[in-house]
Amino acid sequence: MSVTATATVALAATHHHPSLAAVETRGFLSPTGVEIAFLLVGLVTFGAAIVTVTTRQLVHAALWLVVALGGLAVEYLLLTAEFIAWVQVLIYVGSVVVLLLFGLMLTRAPIGRSPDADSGNRWAALTVAVAAAAALVWVVVDAFRATWIDLDGPAAGSTKITGESLFQNWVLPFEALSVLLLAALVGAIVLSRKANQEPDERKTPTAATGTTPATGPTLATAPATAPPAADATVPKPAPAPAEEPAPAEEPSPADAPAAPAAAAAPDPSEGGLR
Amino acid sequence: MNDALDVALRLLLVFVVFLTFPLIIGQTEHKVMAHMQGRLGPMYAGGFHGWAQLVADGVKFAQKEDVVPAGADRRIFQLAPAVALLPYLLVLLAIPIGPGEGAVGEVIDAGIFFVLAVMGVGVLGSLMAGWASANKFSLLGGLRTAAQLLAYELPMLLTAASVAMAAGTVSLVGILDAFQWWWLPWQIVGAIVFFVAGLAELQRPPFDMPVADSEIIFGAYTEYTGLRFALFLLAEYAGIVVLCGLTTVLFLGGWHGPWGADGLGWVWTLLKTAVLAFLVIWLRVTYPRLREDQLQKLSWTLLVPLSLAQIALTGVVKVVIQ
Repeated sequence: MSVTATATVALAATHHHPSLAAVETRGFLSPTGVEIAFLLVGLVTFGAAIVTVTTRQLVHAALWLVVALGGLAVEYLLLTAEFIAWVQVLIYVGSVVVLLLFGLMLTRAPIGRSPDADSGNRWAALTVAVAAAAALVWVVVDAFRATWIDLDGPAAGSTKITGESLFQNWVLPFEALSVLLLAALVGAIVLSRKANQEPDERKTPTAATGTTPATGPTLATAPATAPPAADATVPKPAPAPAEEPAPAEEPSPADAPAAPAAAAAPDPSEGGLR
Repeated sequence: MNDALDVALRLLLVFVVFLTFPLIIGQTEHKVMAHMQGRLGPMYAGGFHGWAQLVADGVKFAQKEDVVPAGADRRIFQLAPAVALLPYLLVLLAIPIGPGEGAVGEVIDAGIFFVLAVMGVGVLGSLMAGWASANKFSLLGGLRTAAQLLAYELPMLLTAASVAMAAGTVSLVGILDAFQWWWLPWQIVGAIVFFVAGLAELQRPPFDMPVADSEIIFGAYTEYTGLRFALFLLAEYAGIVVLCGLTTVLFLGGWHGPWGADGLGWVWTLLKTAVLAFLVIWLRVTYPRLREDQLQKLSWTLLVPLSLAQIALTGVVKVVIQ
C-alpha cells in the first residue's frame, strides 16, 4: 500500500507546486541535471518502499522506511520546496520512525526473519495500492498537465512563501487539521487513562481525604507534585510488585491527562523487557 | 570555478572544525574533570599536560580488533556509528559563526528546521546499535534512548519556535541579524529549557540514563569496540559542539558582542560556545544521574510547560512592541 502511494507522491510532487511557471514548450528528451537526479532519487525511494513492505525482517522494514521517507525529502528539496523537505525529515524520520522502532523493540523485534510477518491480504492490499496510485497519477497529471517549475530560479518553496500561502489561502484547512489533531490528542489521553482507572477507583477515598504523606518511602514528594501530570511515571512501576504502599501515589494517574506520552514512554521501558 | 573553490573551501573548513573541536572539548573534559576532582588528569602523552591524550586514545582504538557479535545483525551493527555521527557534521554546516553570508558553511533558508530535524536523525544510530547488538543491555539502552528523545524533542522544538517568533524568521543567519541584547532576558527561560533538553538529547550526564555505564554497561554501545566505539564517542563530543553552537546562535546572540563586532564576530561565537561547553562538562561532574522516571517527569511536567510559557511570553511581548 505505502509502496505505490509513496512513489505516486514522488511523481506527483513534480507537478504539484504553487509556482507554476510559464507555459513554454519543453521536451522530455533533454533533461537537466536536476531532473535526472530527481528521477534517480525517485527510483531509490521507490525501491526502498518496495523493500519496506516485502522484507521479512521487521526492523529492517522500519529502516528501509527511513530511506524511503528520506528519499522523499530529497525530492522535495530538488523541487525547491525546502521547508517541506525539512519538516518531512523532522516529523517522519525523526519522530514517526523513532516511535515505530520504539514500539517494535518493545514488543517483538527478533534479529533475522519473522516467518509470520506476512499478511493474507497481500492481493487485496496490492489492488488497493495500485488503484490508489492510478487515481493519484491520473488526477495529478490531469490537473498539472503542461505546467513547469523553474528549478534554477529563486526558491519557490521557501519558508516565507509556504507560510504566506498556508496562512492566507489555506487557513481554514489548516485550522481544521489542528482541531483534528487536538481531537486525536484528547482521544489518546482518554485511552491511556482508561488503563489506570480500576486501581484508581478503589483508592479514590484516599485520594479524596487528602494528600497527607502516607506510606511508602518515595511518597514524600507525592503530595507536592500530585496535580501535575506525569507523576504517573512514579506510581506506574509500583502497583505490580507491591500493591500495599501504593495508595498515596495512586491519585496522580487520575490527574494525568496532560502527558500521554510520558505515561506511555517510561512505563514500557521499565517493564517491557522482563 | 571560483564558486566551486569557495564551496570546497567552506566544506573543508567545516570538516576540519568537525574533526578538531570535538577532540579539543574531549581533552578539556579530561582536564576540567580532573581539576574539579582534585587530580591532574592525563599528563604524559605529548609532553605538555598530556595534550595528545586523545590522539593516543584514537591510535589505541584504531589498533583494536573490530568485533561483531555472532548473533548481531551484521550490516546494521556496522552502519550504526556512521548514522550517529554524520548528522552532526551536516548540522555544523548550517551554524553561522560570524556576521554576513560569508561566515557560514551553507546558508539554509529554514535553518532551525534543518538543524533540529537532522539532529533528531542522529538518534536513529543509537537505536540501530541497540537493536542490532543482540544484547539485552543494548536493547534496554536503545529503548531508553528512544523514550528520552520522544520526551525532550518537544521542549527543544517549542523553545526554538519561540526564538523564531521573536526574530520573525526561521533562518539562523536571519535570527542573528535580528538579535537585540534585550532578547537575552526575554528568552532566558527558553534558553535554559533548550540547553537542558539538548543535553538530554545528547545523553550527557545527568541525563545519561540510556548509556548508564554502571548499570547497563553503556547501553546501546555495549558490544562495540575499536573504531566504531570511538565513532560513537566522537558523535557525543560533536554533539556537544553542535548543541553549544546552536544555543549560542539561537539565544546568546552568536557573533554579537559588547564591543568589536566588526571582524571579531567569530571570536564571540567561539567564546560563547566554549563557555557553554565548559558548562556541559561542569554539569557532568556536578550532578548524579537522573532516574528514568525522574527524567521523563522533568521533561513533561517542567520543561514542556516552561517552554509553552516562553512561547506565550514571546507572543505577548511581540504584539506589545509592535
